[in-house]
Amino acid sequence: MMTSLKSGNILETAAQPTTRLSESALREIDGLIKKYATKRSAIMPVLYIAQAEYGYLTHEAIDEVARILELDPTEVLSIAGFYTLYFTHPVGRYVVQICNDLPCALRGAEKFVTEVRQELGIAPNETTPDGMFTLEAVPCIAACDNAPCMQVNLEYYEKLTLEKAREIFAQLRQAVKG
Amino acid sequence: MEQAFVILRHREIPDIQQLGTYIKDGGYEAWKRAVKEMTADQVIDVVKASGLRGRGGAGFPAGVKWSFVPKNVFPKYVVVNGDESEPGTFKDREIIEQNPHQLVEGVALCAYAIQAEIAYIYLRGEFKAPARILQAAIDEAYQAGLLGKNIQGSNYSLNIYLHLGAGAYICGEETALLESLEGKLGQPRLRPPFPANVGLYAKPTVINNVETLANVPPIVRKGAEWYRSFGTEKSPGTKIFCLSGMVKRPGNYEVPLGKIKIRDLIFGEEFGQGLLAEGRTVKGVLPAGASAPVLPESALDTLLDYESVAAAGSMLGSASFIIMDNTVDMVWAATKMVHFFKHESCGKCTPCREGTYWMLNLLEKIDHGHGEQRDVIMLGNVAQQMLGGKCFCLLGDFSTSPVISTLKHFRNEYDAKVQLTPDGGVGTHGAHG
Ligand SMILES: Cc1cc2nc3c(=O)[nH]c(=O)nc-3n(C[C@H](O)[C@H](O)[C@H](O)COP(=O)(O)O)c2cc1C
Ligand code: SF4
Ligand code: FES
Repeated sequence: MMTSLKSGNILETAAQPTTRLSESALREIDGLIKKYATKRSAIMPVLYIAQAEYGYLTHEAIDEVARILELDPTEVLSIAGFYTLYFTHPVGRYVVQICNDLPCALRGAEKFVTEVRQELGIAPNETTPDGMFTLEAVPCIAACDNAPCMQVNLEYYEKLTLEKAREIFAQLRQAVKG
Repeated sequence: MEQAFVILRHREIPDIQQLGTYIKDGGYEAWKRAVKEMTADQVIDVVKASGLRGRGGAGFPAGVKWSFVPKNVFPKYVVVNGDESEPGTFKDREIIEQNPHQLVEGVALCAYAIQAEIAYIYLRGEFKAPARILQAAIDEAYQAGLLGKNIQGSNYSLNIYLHLGAGAYICGEETALLESLEGKLGQPRLRPPFPANVGLYAKPTVINNVETLANVPPIVRKGAEWYRSFGTEKSPGTKIFCLSGMVKRPGNYEVPLGKIKIRDLIFGEEFGQGLLAEGRTVKGVLPAGASAPVLPESALDTLLDYESVAAAGSMLGSASFIIMDNTVDMVWAATKMVHFFKHESCGKCTPCREGTYWMLNLLEKIDHGHGEQRDVIMLGNVAQQMLGGKCFCLLGDFSTSPVISTLKHFRNEYDAKVQLTPDGGVGTHGAHG
């Protein structure tokens, strides 16, 4: 879960700091900071907001979060790297996280993961060429009684079959087009 | 009828998520009475007398924990542990989604009892949808004057905030959770000092599990004696059992502690209704997810309470029962569990970081049929060497239990997968892998 700080460029101060977060995001962040005794405490919700607006946590996103919370960018990056729900690399529009932990695996989750791999034509931790789906096999998501199960952008889908998964993917593709 | 719904009230009253319905069922009565008529110590005393034990794993008496909080230091905090990431655990999610007001009321009562004016509910990041439901309930409570400033005309004020994690099992460990809430890496703190004295922002803090706090409103409303009419002397009340794995009807079942046996949970009509596939038998039962030793079929008559499961050689913990039938390859199962712990090790201390790495390495080698007898012996040694307080937190100890318990009960399955050597593997201890 630890991340290494390989990338040098975020450590350099950009001449013109980028501000890409929207007005409403900045307002939301102001409100969030008030909930905590320290600014630093707001880092997790703020990273979620930055991730949603930037697509993933780019160097600029990390820099902007660091400026807002008055932290060092390396600290922000290390937090982003520690937690699995923050992405410091590009991901698909939909992140599909299928549980293949023990309780689900006892009810067919491993077979289901294989089927979805074939359906999407990618292996776990890969993204479809059209940038639509990133596939991940993840530990327990607290839905073991409804295996096989998955989350897509953290929304639950439970008691799945390949058929149902196909429908869900089609609907999600449609939602992007429409 | 063995089930009793003290917490899973929605099983009897379907739309109890709504404030109106919750109030009609007696909801927030305890809360209003507490802020208007009770002292903080009176609330602590009722919860102490009820014998309610923490439902997050350790089973520590909640009221006793609250009484450790110093009276004269401010501010103080309540932090609710809704990280729920133990494989096989899905009870807190059901409480949050289906009976959110009972949790909110429980949090409020706990905060009042220790005189904290801010409570944070830490939910695992995957609970984005449950968080929406809980936030809606919190908003309703504010609008109804049940939270906020000068509640019900008293001089007590309380704010409840949600905080989402971001995918890290270790943040369920209470001190790692506090670090995470402070915006740091989710790595455990040294104890003592305990959070009751030095917790969030170094202030006195009570941390309780979601299910623990959901018990509190009915306890305060109906009294400790009523609560003790469920369960046993040492394990009072009801407990939610998460049943998963190879049973016909997995799910959450709320039962008085010490009332039924593991066998009933698996086979009972009201519960699991037996194994998923016909003609099979139970091979192994994990009573607390991946974190406690697996029990063999011979333990099926163990009663479901903290003491009995401990006496049988495991732990009740979060009561996440994962059922495996006789077709399950126990080396594969152990590998899966150790894979989980290796992935979730926070990397802070060497015994856990290296130990989980080596255990997984050896298990995969054995499971894939490339192992030798000495690998099985080495595996047991690595696990044993991690024990005895060497790991900084309990995750390290937990990670050994799949290995040690499967080696104890299912050693033959390991031996069947490895090449047998004439010396039985004992003569060769060189490093390899
Ligand atoms: C590795 C690890 C993971 C834990 N995960 C959780 C969890 O997800 N939820 C929880 O309530 N307690 C969890 N605990 C237990 C907490 O540290 C703590 O004991 C508990 O939140 C106290 O609340 P309780 O007294 O109400 O049970 C975990 C402990 C360890 C060592
Ligand atoms: S035992 Fe494991 S999880 Fe706990 S502090 Fe050490 S490395 Fe981290
Ligand atoms: S094991 Fe898959 S949701 Fe719990």
